[in-house]
Amino acid sequence: MIRRALRSGAGGITLALLAACAATPPPATVVLLPGQNGKTGAVVVSDGQTETVLDTPYASARSGGGEPIERRTTSAPEVKKQFGATLASLPPRPTKYTLYFLSGTDEFTDNTKKEVQRVLAEVARRPAAEVVVIGHTDRVSGERHNDKLSLQRARRVKSMLIPLGIPEERIVTAGRGEREPIVPTADNVDEAKNRRVEINVR
Amino acid sequence: MRFLSVTFLAFAALLAAPLASAADIGQVKVTSGAVHIQRGAERLPATVGTRVRVSDTVVTGGDGSVGITFTDNTLLSTGPNSVLVLERYAFDSTTHAGKFDARLNRGSLAVVSGKIAKQSHDAMVVKTPSSLLGVRGTEFLVKVESPE
Repeated sequence: MIRRALRSGAGGITLALLAACAATPPPATVVLLPGQNGKTGAVVVSDGQTETVLDTPYASARSGGGEPIERRTTSAPEVKKQFGATLASLPPRPTKYTLYFLSGTDEFTDNTKKEVQRVLAEVARRPAAEVVVIGHTDRVSGERHNDKLSLQRARRVKSMLIPLGIPEERIVTAGRGEREPIVPTADNVDEAKNRRVEINVR
Repeated sequence: MRFLSVTFLAFAALLAAPLASAADIGQVKVTSGAVHIQRGAERLPATVGTRVRVSDTVVTGGDGSVGITFTDNTLLSTGPNSVLVLERYAFDSTTHAGKFDARLNRGSLAVVSGKIAKQSHDAMVVKTPSSLLGVRGTEFLVKVESPE
């Protein structure tokens, strides 16, 4: 009985060792880049044993190869050498436009007409351009109503963009309701700056 | 001038239209060299405008690289000799709740995270053969060393 337990225990250890050898994964390196707007984010690196947080520009961590996570700081030239081809293929960043309406109407303001021209120019410039139309509301009325209203605003703008030459299947709509105000307000406050439609071209 | 650009857009849309589907999670925006998408048993050429789906594997050859923009505005690109699996993806464009898991089996990856990672920590994870990367926003690079 004891012998059998010992044998299977030893077998278990052998198996575990074998598994560890066979599965020694290829090492991987992560490098955190400075964010474009000056804000650097963070990446939590875990190898199943330990965890480390990268949160400064060019902080880097190498895991695997049977070694503990190794941290260091790399540099812009080193990154360019190692990742040049990868970085060169990043898609262009989405651009953002905001459209406002004349109070209580579905007429664009004059400024907004210019903004629409910028959207059209950007769409023509980009490979496989997509247009995302996102409606927003102020906090007058309830959340569910505002979800619906914001989507209605987005759909109305979509229908205005199609005759200007943007194919329908390149436009998607979304309604964010009152979740993303430009000017934060208490509930039920009428705020023109929050009644808007945002366009992302990507 | 305007007529020309309208005609061009309409033509580009015609080319892309038959591929559109609600299951699409992103679109190829940049390619160079040998790139394909493995979708189950299907091997699809990846060209600008090709749409990707959950469970697709993005494969680049020795001279290949590809850039993809996702529906939450996440940008990803892989360099030469890379294999990237889009394991999980969900995005609610109203609440911004979602989940994005990608696995880099080999090669190199650049990430500019989007609305999913911004909405909640742990919502975006990049896996490598030797690590899990929890994405708390913005930009980073990953490289898996190739076995000798």
